[in-house]
Amino acid sequence: MQVSLNGALRSAADGNGSVDVDAATIRELITKLVDRFPKLSAEVDKGVAVAIDGVVYRDDWTVRIPDDAEVFLMPRIAGG
Amino acid sequence: MPHDNSYTGQEFKVVGNRFARPDGVDKVTGRARYGADASAPGQLVARVLRSPHAHAKITKIDTAKAERLSGVKAVITSDDLPDLTGGDRGMADILENCMARGRALYDGHAVAAVAAVDEQTARKALKLIKVTYEVLPHVTDVDEAMKPEAPVIHDWVFTGGVNPQPTKPCNVANRTEMGHGDVDAGFAQADVVIERSYKTEQTHQGYIEPHACLASVNSDGSAEMWVTTQGPFSYRTVCASLLGMDLAKLKVTSSEIGGGFGGKTHVWAEPLALALSRKANRPVKLVMTRDEVFRATGPTASTSIDVKVGAKKNGEITAAELELRYQGGAFPGIWGMLGCMTGFACYDIANQRSVGWDVIVNRPKVAAYRAPSAPMAAYAVESIMDVVAEEIGMDPVDFRLKNVAKEGAQAPYGPIYGPIGIESALNAVKENPHMKVKLKKNQGRGVACGFWFNIGGQTCVDLNIGTDGSVNLAVGTVDVGGARSSMGMIAAEELGIDYEDVKVHVADTASLGHNDTTEGSRGTFSSGMATIFAARDAIEVLKERAAQMLDVPKESIQWENGTASATGAENSNLPTLTLKEIAAKSHNTGGPIAGHNEVTADGAGMGFAAHICDVEVDPETGLTKILKYTVVQDAGKAIHPDYVEGQFQGAAAQGIGWALNEEYVYGEDGRLQNPGFLDYRIPVCSDLPFIDTMILEIPNPNHPYGIRGVGETSIVPPLGAVGNAIANATGVRMNHAPMSPIRVLEALDRAGVSGDQVSAG
Repeated sequence: MQVSLNGALRSAADGNGSVDVDAATIRELITKLVDRFPKLSAEVDKGVAVAIDGVVYRDDWTVRIPDDAEVFLMPRIAGG
Repeated sequence: MPHDNSYTGQEFKVVGNRFARPDGVDKVTGRARYGADASAPGQLVARVLRSPHAHAKITKIDTAKAERLSGVKAVITSDDLPDLTGGDRGMADILENCMARGRALYDGHAVAAVAAVDEQTARKALKLIKVTYEVLPHVTDVDEAMKPEAPVIHDWVFTGGVNPQPTKPCNVANRTEMGHGDVDAGFAQADVVIERSYKTEQTHQGYIEPHACLASVNSDGSAEMWVTTQGPFSYRTVCASLLGMDLAKLKVTSSEIGGGFGGKTHVWAEPLALALSRKANRPVKLVMTRDEVFRATGPTASTSIDVKVGAKKNGEITAAELELRYQGGAFPGIWGMLGCMTGFACYDIANQRSVGWDVIVNRPKVAAYRAPSAPMAAYAVESIMDVVAEEIGMDPVDFRLKNVAKEGAQAPYGPIYGPIGIESALNAVKENPHMKVKLKKNQGRGVACGFWFNIGGQTCVDLNIGTDGSVNLAVGTVDVGGARSSMGMIAAEELGIDYEDVKVHVADTASLGHNDTTEGSRGTFSSGMATIFAARDAIEVLKERAAQMLDVPKESIQWENGTASATGAENSNLPTLTLKEIAAKSHNTGGPIAGHNEVTADGAGMGFAAHICDVEVDPETGLTKILKYTVVQDAGKAIHPDYVEGQFQGAAAQGIGWALNEEYVYGEDGRLQNPGFLDYRIPVCSDLPFIDTMILEIPNPNHPYGIRGVGETSIVPPLGAVGNAIANATGVRMNHAPMSPIRVLEALDRAGVSGDQVSAG
């Protein structure tokens, strides 16, 4: 699948705005991305979220990713 | 997936009603116990010594005289808070913010603290602490801090997000870029391209209750803390980490909260109270003064923003660009990044780019403030939307509708939106009777939109059914805006019982599993989800017990309207059993009946709002009066409409204060000039009209009841709405918030507009 990255995450992925990753779950996706782009590890520690078909998952890394899903890795935001 | 979160469109009996708030009487009679309302035998009083300098090296702290003063039981400096953060930069920043470590980074930065037998002794002791400072150059303005000649505040900050990474430290912590499409090509297609620059000043959440806690560390290393907070669990995590304690040994109990709005998501002086208690071996009470709250807690960022929009004459926006500079105080923040993510979120713009700069200055560490970073970006975007609409001769609401984001549009931060409510909100604005109210001389009307993400997060609840059938529900999200009532309604709805039969309380950290902080408009979304699942868990137990009592298999029991009954013709002679009847026999059927749930509540629904604002501007004084104000916002599903409307009104009121009055004023010396409510003026009731509200319900498909968070979004539009109304009233566009009388007067003078020239909007 294609995973899109923005902002600091794109910078940490060597400037790649879109990366091909074969992953069945969010955990597998993040593990493979960090293996490929070690600088992403610091961003993951700061907090990331994954948007799958528009639904934002901030915490649950067990979520399964459908084959043809639109996937974005994004900063994990909080609020007031 | 352990639970089905999907929206089912069920009909409600309890949800949607307007019950009297359960905390109302206690709050108006003074019975409610806030952060400063706890006491313990032998408690000491803490006071904190703070830097009078914006930036200074601390060469020596002599505490000997203070320690010898009769009645002083402990004095601490950063030496008493060794760095246990193990390279965790974020945690190290929190530690340094709580107590300066060799350098004071802003006016009000804590330098030392005292615990004494009474307030008078503690204050006297502070005067006996001798601190030797070497004053350093400072910078408090975001644009000044970015200049090459600015004093560099931290030698370890190298701008992130730029390639190649700089080799010299500077005050720019990070650059963030978001967006999609081809901006240059988009601008080339435009008939009109307009660029503007805006500034917003730093504001404080302005919660009425100052930070307060009672900390008690026992000789065995265990500890308790009573504290006003939005997040007892995160306070526990941070305090335990900074002080080297096991989580299980620190019990944190949240008091009633007198406002937080993001400012109580973060620890400020609480670790100092624990450190003092540990050193004195006595309970320590620490209550901040208002001066300390302003100088040394977490206000929002001040900003400087450039915005550029290109549009065709038919109203289609072809490209848009934002450059956002946000100061995060004395430590790196994420505030510019959030501006990038939110600025254009209300609109479907094929070619857009937002660049955010996070900048360090000698001001207090910025914290979240209700939809953090979004109001400033929206001020720029919503202002220029009106400017462009005027340039192409289009009604500003129609211009917004022409470009509004709908389901399937791409958000500035990447993903495609699901069902969202901004188009419905704008249509509701267009049809609202408010839009037809006639305006007189010096009066004007403005409309603006706003977005906030909303979040979910880790949540758990316990639901216990008593032997009389009444229900206790323990939640871990702090009741900042009606959680006890809303969660009680949800539990009653699911169980099929009366709302009055459910009593909800906020549990301490020793009584419930981890709950994320009540922030990001997550309380009703997340705890609501957990409460639904806990009630359904309890219903399964109730069905099992009913099956025993009726001597039928559990599979034949159905639960409807708070009653168990056995299905099938063969069971038609069996009685139905109410929850109360089943609870009364629980001792014979297996013991206590309870439901539990632990959930990671993902899938929060985005929040969108559109506001209408009417103002009258006095051309002689520059004073802007709000005549009429209407909030339209999508709530997904309003559990308790009174509280939802209260959130809309409260957020709008805070946004109006930001738009018109509130600002941190720093002197040339880098010291805050107005750390009090007389000089930092939040709006009071007499400043505002009744704020009308309209709740839209576009269900969030990822929540069983369709709930979206509602707490933050409506602070986003007011700056733009007020600015647009002032422009409509005067013909003069304000580009600096707050749009205080002096700024409005200056703008009118600059534009050569006299009182006589200002006419009907």
